[in-house]
Formats: sequence, C-alpha cells, structure tokens
Amino acid sequence: MVKRLVVIPLLLLMVLSVSSCVHLKEYQKSRLNDSEMALGNRKVEKNELNFESYREAASGANAGKTGGGCGCN
Amino acid sequence: MKKIYLSAIGFAFICNLKVSAQVRRDSVAKNNVSLYSPVTSDTTSYNPRKLKVDEIDFVSSFYWQNGFHSAVTGGIGTEHVTDLSNGLDLHLLWQGNHNNINHLDVGMGFDYHTAASQAYVSKTGASSPTGTRIYPSLDYTHESAKTGNTIGVGAYYSGEYNYQSLGTDLHFSVKTDNKNGEFSAKLQGYFDQVKLIYPSELIPASTTTTTSTGTVITTASGSVISSDGETSYGSKKNIPSSPRTTLSAAFSYSQQINERLQIMFLGDVVGQHGYLGLPFHRVYFNNGKDTVEKLPSSRFKLPVGFRLNYFLGDNIIIRTYYRYYQDDWGIKSNTIGVEVPYKITPFFSISPFYRFYEQSASTYFAPYEEHLPTDEYYTSNYEYAKFNSQFFGVGFRIAPPKGVFGWQGLHDMEIRYGHYTQTTGLESDVVSLGLSFK
Repeated sequence: MVKRLVVIPLLLLMVLSVSSCVHLKEYQKSRLNDSEMALGNRKVEKNELNFESYREAASGANAGKTGGGCGCN
Repeated sequence: MKKIYLSAIGFAFICNLKVSAQVRRDSVAKNNVSLYSPVTSDTTSYNPRKLKVDEIDFVSSFYWQNGFHSAVTGGIGTEHVTDLSNGLDLHLLWQGNHNNINHLDVGMGFDYHTAASQAYVSKTGASSPTGTRIYPSLDYTHESAKTGNTIGVGAYYSGEYNYQSLGTDLHFSVKTDNKNGEFSAKLQGYFDQVKLIYPSELIPASTTTTTSTGTVITTASGSVISSDGETSYGSKKNIPSSPRTTLSAAFSYSQQINERLQIMFLGDVVGQHGYLGLPFHRVYFNNGKDTVEKLPSSRFKLPVGFRLNYFLGDNIIIRTYYRYYQDDWGIKSNTIGVEVPYKITPFFSISPFYRFYEQSASTYFAPYEEHLPTDEYYTSNYEYAKFNSQFFGVGFRIAPPKGVFGWQGLHDMEIRYGHYTQTTGLESDVVSLGLSFK
C-alpha cells in the first residue's frame, strides 16, 4: 500500500513531464546546476550506502558499489 | 514492474525525439555545460596545462548498531558493532591535447571496527572482536572538450584480515547533441578472496595438517601450532581461501525535463559466482546440531531505479529515489527515498531525509533451529530474512563564498545524522562529516 502511494504518483509525474521535455538554454539552468539538485549521491552519504548494502540483501542501481569488501560484521 | 521498464524506455526515447525536433544542431554546439556532474562542468572554463589538485574531499563517519540476530551465532546473539570510517579523495586534473581534460582521482580509506559477535567465531568467545580495513582506489577519466563525452578506467583494493578484494572498471558517458541528456555505463569486476576461517568447533579435518614442528590448525584467529599440548600463534598464510567473483554492468540515463526538473534512470546487471557465504556463519538445524552456512555458488541480481529531483520555489528542493530489486535467491525488494533540502540562505541548507526499504526472504533463509538437516542450502543470516527498514535523519550543509569559518580553502562542509531501524530488531545510528577543500 505504501509502495503504491509513492510509486504511482511518481510514475504519473514522469509521464506528465514528457510533455514539457524541452531544450534548455544556459541561462535557464541555474536551478538545475545547483549542487543540491545533482542526480548523484552526496559524498557524505558514502558510508551510509555501505552499511545499507551490508545489512540488506538488495544493492545496486544507486551508483554505489555492487561488490567488493566483506561487510562481515 | 513492466510498467516501470516501459515508462523508462519510452520516456528516454520521447525526450530525445522532442529535443531533436525542437533544436537546431548548430545552435547547441556551443553548449558546454554538463548538468550530470556540476562540479566537473566548471572545468570547461578551467584548463590548467599542468597537473593540479582541483579538490580534496574528506569523509569521516561513526556507525554503531545493536541487534540480537547475529549470523555468527546462528541467528541469535548480539549484533553490537561500532565502525569508524575515514576516507580521503584527491581530484587532480590537467589539460591535454585539443583542450581535452584529464581527471585523476586518488582515494584512500581506513576503517576500524568492533563487533561483539566476531569474538564468538571461537566457541568460547576468545576471538578478537576488532578489525581494520584499508581500501585505496584510483580512477582516470578523459573528457572531450568538444562533446563533453568521457571514458575512463578505475581500480580498487579492499583488504581485511579475512577478506581481500581487487576491483577494476571501465566507464564511459555520452551526452545528447543538446547536452540536456547523458547516457553512461560502467563495467566492473571484483575478484575477491574469502579466508576460510571456520567456527572453532567446525574446523574441517582437511585444514589440520601435521608438520615436523607440530600440528597446524586453521582457527578463527589464525593458524595455531599445537605441539605437545602447547599452543602458539603462527602465520595466517596457512589459512586457505576461496574465490568470489562479481561482474556487473551499470547503466544510467539522465535528462533535464525543464528549468526545475531532472530525472535519471538506473539499472544494473550483476552476476556473482564462487564462495558466496561466509565460513564463520553458523546454522543450527532443528535437531540442535550446528554447521556452517551453505549457499549456492552463483547469484544473479537485477536492480533498476530512478531519481527525480525538483526545485520547488526558490529555496526548496525535492530529491526522490525509487529502486526495485530482484535476484535468483528469491529476494524481491523495494526502496523509496525522499530528501528535502531547504536553503535557509544561498550558502546554508538543512536537509531532512527519509528512506523506506522492504524485502522478501531468500528461499535459503530460516531462523535459529528451523532448518532441516536435509535442506540443500541453509543460512540464518538475517540479511536474507523478510523485513522492512526505515532510515531517517537530517543533514546540514554550509558553503559560504569566503570559505567555511572564513577559511578560503574549505569551501564546503556537511554534517549528517541518521537513525536506522529494521523490523528484525536491528537498530543503528550513523553520523558523518564531509569536508571539501579547493
């Protein structure tokens, strides 16, 4: 239920955004170039991604590591 | 799941069609800004001829957890862990021919941990409960000044007492003609060695050898040479190891939708083979006897996801993430993350975040004393149990134009705290400090 509540609106937003997928000029990108808007992980998140991959069975699709290291403990 | 795949593929395709229809190629040829990695985009106007240190990043984290389902003791017992992790990354760059830019990233990490359950690799709790890990890395990337496309290679090493990992990758990225979209791919290989350190009461007879100086037995804490009843510690070189190989291909496509919205689709294909369990994880059968966990020698993982970031108004940003994961050990999972940075000033932001995760159990998992001796594979590692988890916290970021605390060299500082809970009873906290120097 929680999954549906979040995933369905996000998918709808993706579909709706197709209609506004346009070429942007440089002066229109000030917000997109804000460091908080970066589409990657924050550097300070690095160790959070590590412990999540060791405590949970799923990993990947997050630009993090997909192997290497033990996480034995 | 099919809806997500089809939406992702169709969306990327339609965006490219629309962009091609609306924009003349010659009108975008001068566009040199890369949205995908804003930090490196600045380098198009910063072209040092000689090798220069562009940025130094330092990240330090302290992690601590408590739980009562340790895999070392068969799914019962303390999971208390503390881990202090420190990493330093140097980003170097220099200008090559035709104004192309070369990037070199040199990283070094060092962890120190304590794990209460580690002591119980030995039946009596006499094994060392502490350990260290060192993990250097090296990455070279060549960036075309004309197109913004990149290609590069990387190498990593991770070394612990009982586990060594050697990794390498080949990566590249290609921007769309108008540079509003970017496709990237990374092919990775990890070649690991797992030291076969068994619980003291389960050391296989094959690892016990008799030499002229005594009997060499593989134990949790290294090789023990027993001679006439006396015991002394020998070299760990005598402990055999088993290989584990991980091969993966990671793909992503990012697209700017409008002035406030951008999105990225991610997908990995991961294959593992070799020794995929850990030799000091116990399993207790329903007849009370214990053994070492046994898992298949191959695993195939398929995670796919997307990120969607939206700039709301003038000072609120909404960062979202979703991932679906499936593997051939019977695990399916969903991950949803939301972070909302609020810019109190242009140089100071506060970022509350929340992450929800849920997974189904592996077909090879059963709790303490619930496996049958006739099972082909068995583990009581709660990493493979059915559970959900929540992770929430807050981050603070400061990046004043005159430097943090007036120190020009320190251009960015982040502090982040998070609390993590699992329905298995595991709870943990992590606090991190990130510093960026220019």
